[in-house]
Formats: sequence, C-alpha cells, structure tokens
Amino acid sequence: MPFAWFVALRYLRDAKGQTALILAAVSVGVSVIVFLSALITGLQASLIEKTLGSQPHVTVRVPREAPRALVEPSAETAIARNVQATSQRLRSIDQWPLVMADLERVAGVTAVAPLVTGAGFALRADAKLPIAVRGIDAERFLSILDVRRSLVAGRYDVAGGNVLVASTLATDLGVATGDKIRITTTEGVDDTVTVAGVFTLGNEAVDSTWVLTSLRHAQSLYALPGGATSLELKVADVFEAERVAEEAHDRSGLDAQSWMKRNAELLAGLSAQSGSKAVIQFFVVVAVALGIASVLIVSVVQKSREIGILRAVGTAPRRVLAVFLIQGGVLGLLGSIVGSAFGALLSKLFESMARDPNGAPKFPIELDLSLFAATAALATGVGLLAAVIPARRAARLDPARAIRNG
Amino acid sequence: MADAAGRPLLRVEAAVKEYGERVKTVALAGVTVSLRAGEFAALVGPSGSGKSTLLNLVGLLDRPTSGRIWLGDTETTALDESGLTAVRARMLGFVFQFHHLLPAFTALENVMLPEWGDTGFASQALRRRAAELLRAVGLADRMSYRTTDLSGGQQQRVAVARALVRRPPLVLADEPTGNLDTESSVEVLELMRRFNRELGTTFLVVTHDPRIANACDRVVELVDGRVQSDHQNDAPR
Ligand SMILES: Nc1ncnc2c1ncn2[C@@H]1O[C@H](COP(=O)(O)OP(=O)(O)OP(=O)(O)O)[C@@H](O)[C@H]1O
Ligand SMILES: [Mg+2]
Repeated sequence: MPFAWFVALRYLRDAKGQTALILAAVSVGVSVIVFLSALITGLQASLIEKTLGSQPHVTVRVPREAPRALVEPSAETAIARNVQATSQRLRSIDQWPLVMADLERVAGVTAVAPLVTGAGFALRADAKLPIAVRGIDAERFLSILDVRRSLVAGRYDVAGGNVLVASTLATDLGVATGDKIRITTTEGVDDTVTVAGVFTLGNEAVDSTWVLTSLRHAQSLYALPGGATSLELKVADVFEAERVAEEAHDRSGLDAQSWMKRNAELLAGLSAQSGSKAVIQFFVVVAVALGIASVLIVSVVQKSREIGILRAVGTAPRRVLAVFLIQGGVLGLLGSIVGSAFGALLSKLFESMARDPNGAPKFPIELDLSLFAATAALATGVGLLAAVIPARRAARLDPARAIRNG
Repeated sequence: MADAAGRPLLRVEAAVKEYGERVKTVALAGVTVSLRAGEFAALVGPSGSGKSTLLNLVGLLDRPTSGRIWLGDTETTALDESGLTAVRARMLGFVFQFHHLLPAFTALENVMLPEWGDTGFASQALRRRAAELLRAVGLADRMSYRTTDLSGGQQQRVAVARALVRRPPLVLADEPTGNLDTESSVEVLELMRRFNRELGTTFLVVTHDPRIANACDRVVELVDGRVQSDHQNDAPR
C-alpha cells in the first residue's frame, strides 16, 4: 500500500472515537441531502406527470385574428380608439396534413395528432351542461394522451356516432356506457351520440367537460369539412417542449404553445422549490466541510510531533499533505456511503408512511444510482477540499520545532 | 585535502545560529568543525552550549543564521526545502534523545519509515532489511509490537535500527542514551560502534555521559556556542 494511504488509514483507525463521530456527522449530512433530493425530485416528477396526464406537450393552432385598424390616424384625424378587438371564430389550419408531416420532422417530437376542438352543450333529460368537444384521430391521439388506459368504463371507440365522456360530466349527466346524449355545438349543429366509454384524466376541468369523438364527426359538428383546428404534439423530453414549440412556430407560422408556457406558475413553483432545496443542501455541505476540517485540524495539532518526526526522517512534505487529504477524502466517501444508505432508508420509510387512502404514496420518492454516485462524488470532493487547510498546515510543520523538547 | 579519500564527509564552517527576533539568543557563535568518513565522534558540553542546535543544523532540520554546511559535495544552505529533504533522505540517519518513534506504527514499520516515507512504497527488500536490523539489535521477537509497548531501551534500539535502515553515511544521535540505565546505555553504544565498524557509518553522538564520550574516537567540546576543545581519544574506552 502506498505510504500516504497506509498512514492515513492507520491514523483514522487509531483515532476511533474521533473518526466515528465525524463519520456520523458526515452521514447525517449526506442522508439529509439524499432524502431531500429523493423527495423533491419524486414530488416534482409526480406533479409534472399529473399535469401532463391531461394536456399535450405542445399545442399548435391558428393564430388569433389580429384586429385591423378601420381608419389610419393622420395629421388631420386624431383617433380616440384605434382598435376594436376582433371576435374569434373557429378556423381550420390551412393544409394541416402537410403541416403535420412537417412537424413530425422537428427534432424531439415523437407524435403529432390532428384535432377539431370546440365548445357546446350536452343535453339529457333536464341536464344541459357546457362541454368541450374534441374530435380526435383515434390512433394518433393515443400517443398524445393515453385515454385507453384512463377508461373507467366501456371501450375506446369514437367511430360511428360513439363518443367517450369524461367521468364527472358522465355523472353530472347521469349517463353510463350505452346511453345516448344530445349535443349542440356553437355552430348550431345538433346530433345524438352514444356513450361508448367513460374516462378520467385526473384534472377536474377536463373531467367535467371533455367529450371525445372522431375527427370526422367533429368536422361536421363545426362545419369544418376536412379541417383540423389544432395539432397536438408529444415530445421526448418534456422540458424540451418550449424549444419544440418555438421551432414549430418558426416552421409553420402558427401559434404553438408548450405545456411549460401554460403552466408557468407550476414551473416557477418547482424552480423555487429546487432553489430552496439547493440552499439547504449547500448549508449542509458547508456544515459537513467544516466538521471534517475541524477534526483534521485538531488531528494535525495533536500529531504535530509525529508529523515532525516523519519529516525529519525523510518524508517529503507532499506526502504529509497526501496523508491528510486522503483522510478528508476517505471520511467524505465513507460518510456518503453510510449516509446514502441511511437517507434511502429514511426516504422509503417516509414514502410508506405518508399514503393516500387508496394506498398510493403521497410523496413518491425517486432514488436512483446517479443520485448516490453524485452524492458520493460530492462528499469525497468536499472531504478533500475541507482537508486542504489542515493538510497544508501539516506539510508546512517545521520538523526541528516538533523534534525539540521531546 | 583535494583527494576524494581525504575530503571530509561533513564540514561546518563558521556556523552561527541566533534565536529570537528582538531579544537575540546566540546558540552558536561561529562553529567550524568537520568529520571524516568512518569517524565515531562525541559532541559534549554543558547544558545550553548549543549541541542540539548544531545537530539540528547538520541534520538539515534547521538553517544557520550564517555560515555554511557541506554534506559530501553538497553545500546545503543554498538548498530549498525539497532539496534539504532529499539530502536528508540520502545522507542522514537520526537517533533522537527521546527516540521519537511513531506510536501509531509497529517497531518494524518504524524502522521502514525513512525509506518508505521517502519513496512512498514499502518494497520487499526494505521489509527484509528492516527485519534484519531489528534482529541485529536483538528485537527479533518484538517486530510487530507497537512502540508504546516496548521498554525505553528497546525503543532506543528500534531508533538506532531506524537510523541505519537506508545505510546513511552519517548518523546523528542526540543523547541516544540520555534516559536509559547503564546497562541499556552500553548496549545501545555497542550497537552503534558495531555498525560503525562493520558498515563504516560515521557517527556524531551528543552526550553528557563521560563514559560514552570516552568510548568515542574523538571528542568535540562546545561551550557557549563555540568549540572549546577538539581532541582524538588515543585509547577509546
Ligand atoms: N527554539 C529556540 N528558541 C530560542 N532559543 C533557543 C531555541 N533552541 C535553543 N535555544 C537556546 O539556544 C541555546 C542552545 O540550546 P541547545 O538546545 O543547543 O543546547 P544543548 O547544548 O543541546 O543543551 P542540553 O544539553 O541541555 O540539551 C540555549 O541557550 C537555548 O536556550
Ligand atoms: Mg540538547
């Protein structure tokens, strides 16, 4: 074994109490870091997953019609109110199959689906409820939102006058699979459809309004033969959605909105959460570093005579330096191993204790190897860094002074 | 003295050592002395006369305020810290008054230390050599003892073995028998004389003990930081 390693490990082993104490301190620090990371990462992942369970990553639609000035202001005519907001009407994306094919080629896009969406009412007996009609391409839409998996009754079928109704809406209308409902749209079209299935996506606004039908049926409901009012995109990395949206906009000239824009508040919340996590972790790291440094400084003082002897009999200063750097690194690494295990245990315990009534964890925990690897690297690095000052002090010790006076 | 055989192994020229910033203590007031290879010399003098100071300078543990020190062909006052460490590793062995063994190490590890700490590795050859030396100083059965579990005389013998492990041309010993009983003192002295005879190692031994001084080939006496006398012992012991 190299000399510096031998001496470092011997010193750590000989000072059992000190070593155990600082290892405990480092472990506690590391377990806090691991626990916090696992909890917050898991929490954020589940929040995002929930959010994206009922909305597409990117939605592309026709831009709002810009208001046009009726009269241009000139030197003679001053104008009190220049603009009157235009009322928006439902319009189809021009040549949408071409646009769709083009968007499929954008890097990071994994699926594109055409839709006709509009508002209307569902009527059954006394109930008349506002609905959001979504005409979908049954196959393509599944890769945007997996409604088939969210079915609570019936089957995934929107062909031939069949529709899928969101769960709360179904309850409010008092319908189940096989029942018929009447739909009137904002275009004044009326139709009767059959409920083929009921689904729930976990978002109240969606679950109380959505009615899914076929693209063709929606085209006729909104008098848009062959049209599509929007294209919905799925991307590989959800945090790339904004970039994809910008590119989609640049390519098609259409409005493209990412889930990130729509949920800016959520994202701001998440990033504030990440920020406070980072602050807490930073201070834990500082505390751990100070702990290691102070133990090593004490050790250098205690061992100054021995270090002087080492130096006097021919040990190079850089090897003395290494002895203490190694101690710092080893303390960090060992502490991170024990602490990671402890933090993982703590996380699992917490996860199993805080559960929803249905048994699902309230705070899903996300533990993975990269977290442990990163923590180990961090702790080792911090240990090394914390050892720099004590180690330099040790290496600079004057051998003659240590030798004098027995 | 131009020929290699006659060139001294150690040459101290007008070495001055002052301690303190404002109130100056003159520990050495200009010492000139040299040692030939193979000599076994005693350094004597009253307490505070500068013996340890001189040994520290020669041992390159401290730098003189002025003056020069040659070890072999190397003028050492011009060297930087790493240069000093290198010369120390190559040329010098130490036996300190308080043995200065490391309590964290076994006897064998202590003996291996000078080479191990310098090269960074413990070769099998080093291990063998260290074991051999411990056998030679009569500690064959104590090699794996921690030094704190050895008697004072045994510790001092380990220290002698440690000083010799790299076969240095010059061994500096500061009161190696200072806190040993008569019997142990004789043992340690015999040991050093034997290595002087068999390996030709040069010794400079600081001592208060007139019997030890009388057993040396040469006696240098310091008083108030100056060489008071320097004479050969015609009939050592
Ligand atoms: N670090 C120091 N700072 C100040 N003065 C010192 C220091 N070391 C030694 N001295 C002084 O230098 C002088 C010589 O000290 P030194 O240790 O060389 O004496 P010595 O001959 O070895 O004595 P002893 O036989 O008691 O060991 C003494 O007066 C001592 O007080
Ligand atoms: Mg002394």
